[in-house]
Amino acid sequence: MTLQIIGIYATGICLLIGAGFVLVGVIGLLKFNDSMTRLHAPTKVGTMGIGMLLLGSMLHSFSLADGSFHETLIMAFLFVTAPISANFIAKVHLHRRDCTTPPPPPRDDTWSSLEGDLELQAGAAQK
Amino acid sequence: MSRALQWLLPHPYLTLLLALVWIILQNEISAGMFVFGLILGIIIPWSTSVWWPDTPKGFRVSRMVPYILIVLWDIVVANLQVAWIVLTVPNAKLKPAWIVVPLDLRQPEAITVLAGTITLTPGTVSADLSNEGHSLLVHVLHTEDPDSVRDDIKQRYEKRLTEIFS
Repeated sequence: MTLQIIGIYATGICLLIGAGFVLVGVIGLLKFNDSMTRLHAPTKVGTMGIGMLLLGSMLHSFSLADGSFHETLIMAFLFVTAPISANFIAKVHLHRRDCTTPPPPPRDDTWSSLEGDLELQAGAAQK
Repeated sequence: MSRALQWLLPHPYLTLLLALVWIILQNEISAGMFVFGLILGIIIPWSTSVWWPDTPKGFRVSRMVPYILIVLWDIVVANLQVAWIVLTVPNAKLKPAWIVVPLDLRQPEAITVLAGTITLTPGTVSADLSNEGHSLLVHVLHTEDPDSVRDDIKQRYEKRLTEIFS
């Protein structure tokens, strides 16, 4: 019985922390005014916020009924896919020149998102 | 014999991972579910091996475990740091920066893991790779010293990844 109560309180704390992190992520998304800095808040704070919410869900299922491991899968897929979507958004910003121009890479010609632009420029110069 | 085994199991770790994912999806541990997971774990890598022809060589699972623990700890710290920056640092005082990380890693899988780790940890997002894959472009949310961030990434993550994928 007491274990159940501890589990419920732990669930509540996890939900509060998770909701707090999600709120901070939303505030960051609204507050920052540059497209690249705006990308930071949801990618990081979002994973932690949702991670805590899922931890709360797991604790709840373990303290009240049969345990459930589905949440670990959700977390794993989230942690694998979040960097990829962030990477694609960053590449779109680079490609559309929505952000400050990055320094050129030291060893290669250019960044891969800007590579097509170089060829376009070269083609325009030839005409 | 080993060639036949390699043809049947192009990615042995992927087979185990798929079986594990199947068991977790079912939410119960039984022999039947394990066998069915193994069947899926053999069929899926075998039928998709055309799109992933090169198996990463010398992948060490034993070194991957401490790496994952370090990254998880860093994610917690990073979240607190980013939350603090979001709530306290005004926009005018924010110092975002681009940093270029020269890569010693050559395997595509290792670079993917490094880029993912950078995106998940302290105030950094990996944005792009140079066209021949020798450097990684990283955007930092707020930093006083961009060089120290770069050295930190190389010391903390890339060194461990070169040991994992060696």
